[in-house]
Amino acid sequence: MLTLENVSVNYDAIEALTDISLTVSQGEVVTLIGANGAGKTTTLRTITGLLEPRNGRITYEGKEISGMATHRLVPMGIAMSPEGRGVFANLSVRENLDMGAYIRKDKKGISDDMERAFTLFPRLKEREKQKAGTLSGGEQQMLAMGRAMMSRPRLLLLDEPSLGLAPLLVHTIFEAIDNIRSEGTTILLVEQNANAALHHSDRAYVLETGRIVMEGDSKQLAADPRVKEAYLGE
Amino acid sequence: MSSWLKSLIIGIVVIALLYVLNGMMSKGGFFGAGIDDYTARLLVFIAINIILATSLNLINGFTGQFSIGHAGFMAVGAYSSAYFTVNYGKQLESAFSFLGETGASSIILIIAIVIGAIVAAIAGAIVGIPSLRLKGDYLAIVTLGFAEIIRIVILNIDAVGGATGYQVPGYANFLWIGIFAVITIVVVHNIVKSDAGRALVSIREDELAAEAMGVNTTRYKVTSFVISSAFAGIAGVLFAHYNKFLSTNDFQFIKSFEIIIMIVLGGMGSMTGAVVGAIVVTLLPELLRQLPAIQVGASTFQFSDLRLVIFALILIFTMILRPQGIFGTAEIGNIYRRFRNKLGKPGGLE
Ligand SMILES: Nc1ncnc2c1ncn2[C@@H]1O[C@H](COP(=O)(O)OP(=O)(O)OP(=O)(O)O)[C@@H](O)[C@H]1O
Ligand SMILES: [Mg+2]
Repeated sequence: MLTLENVSVNYDAIEALTDISLTVSQGEVVTLIGANGAGKTTTLRTITGLLEPRNGRITYEGKEISGMATHRLVPMGIAMSPEGRGVFANLSVRENLDMGAYIRKDKKGISDDMERAFTLFPRLKEREKQKAGTLSGGEQQMLAMGRAMMSRPRLLLLDEPSLGLAPLLVHTIFEAIDNIRSEGTTILLVEQNANAALHHSDRAYVLETGRIVMEGDSKQLAADPRVKEAYLGE
Repeated sequence: MSSWLKSLIIGIVVIALLYVLNGMMSKGGFFGAGIDDYTARLLVFIAINIILATSLNLINGFTGQFSIGHAGFMAVGAYSSAYFTVNYGKQLESAFSFLGETGASSIILIIAIVIGAIVAAIAGAIVGIPSLRLKGDYLAIVTLGFAEIIRIVILNIDAVGGATGYQVPGYANFLWIGIFAVITIVVVHNIVKSDAGRALVSIREDELAAEAMGVNTTRYKVTSFVISSAFAGIAGVLFAHYNKFLSTNDFQFIKSFEIIIMIVLGGMGSMTGAVVGAIVVTLLPELLRQLPAIQVGASTFQFSDLRLVIFALILIFTMILRPQGIFGTAEIGNIYRRFRNKLGKPGGLE
């Protein structure tokens, strides 16, 4: 569904990604793990056209999308919950979700999906009219994910959804990821919480200073001594 | 009552009101009732400032892009349309003489408005496209520079009077100025309430996230800026043809600053706020004029000379005491409904 082939990306003179290749197939949850500054966000920014690769190709459903403007990807079925959530602070929870369906015109479908988002995150329903800026960090994350789902994406990109959340909320978020996946949405999940990410994904890539150093089945990687030592703190 | 019928009735009432006021300002008055020239001028400037504040609010308040050169676009509209009426007004007057004097001058004014709006919109596109394609506050710097450059360019064009000023035929009256103030409010209100308005507000809230929702942020920013510039141009046309005289002094930075004060004071992102801000900022210098002069040592200060200082103080105090402005992003309608609900009266469906 999504393929990166030998993608390299620079921030001016600094090379942030070197020769990255990865694939995400239909129906999978693929995770990209790595330490701070490894280049995880850079990878997502490149996929969503905020950065242009210096080398390599990015294809989605057979079409080349390298450098394509973010807003053009949404109608193609890609949605993103950006790093730092990016909720619309002065808009209510409901208005945020409404914005998620910005490209859609089917009123009935939108209101059904709004209910789905509320089922996924009942906490949002209770806070429907509250301004998004006054939500807690965890609630904002729920909103960012719920909002991304409002465009009915086929591919969902998540950048560190569990960042800074208490263990209980991390659990809620990963449960939601399982739910979204079981409804048929493909997910590329960027995480620092390697433990949770490996347990809720099919395949994984490990990124170190801009290079993919390991890849494979998530369960196998979770058992790999190198991964255990570097990312699982065991 | 269906909403278009409601709008139609409101429209007729507003125009009738403007018509009566306009009549009261004319020599004979309206059935004996009159408004003196001073008050008339104030009402005209309130209406022009409403156009300026409401249109600036579209880009600054709703879209969240900081333009600080609105007076530059006003100048573009004023001078381009004045060049047209000064050179072709007489010919058009005779061509349209079959419509009577009022009819002819109204037609010419409308043509002038179209010209001023288009030229200002083009200027807006030239300034907006390069600066709004980038994320960040380039617009502020570029608009500030543009407004000064355009003023200096005009100052050096002898065909529009250069430094001596420019005599312009007086085709505009309060009726037309009031109508265009209402049109501006209606147009901006409709934009803001539409899907496009949601896109603009999302850009203000978080540009990257707006893009991730599928909003073509560059296109919306540029369009909103061009529309805003066009209305500034219209305000310029009306000002030129009411004042009958243009000087580049009317379009200095202080004018742009004044319009910013109006929306900051009223509340960025509130239609009501822009209107109230325009009224307050127009009337304030007049109130200051009433105050007695103060004597400090050998020098006398007139409060009205301290206008700039007082505007700056207002800005500072607003930022400290009520950074969201008087209305925040609320509208008079919301406030009325909240009030009504508090009183426990049966409310509508809203
Ligand atoms: N705009 C930028 N200009 C220059 N360098 C940048 C820029 N953004 C990121 N970088 C650098 O690129 C590298 C990768 O950053 P990136 O944000 O992709 O890391 P990350 O894996 O997402 O880290 P984290 O887990 O902390 O979010 C870092 O060394 C970072 O300093
Ligand atoms: Mg990151």
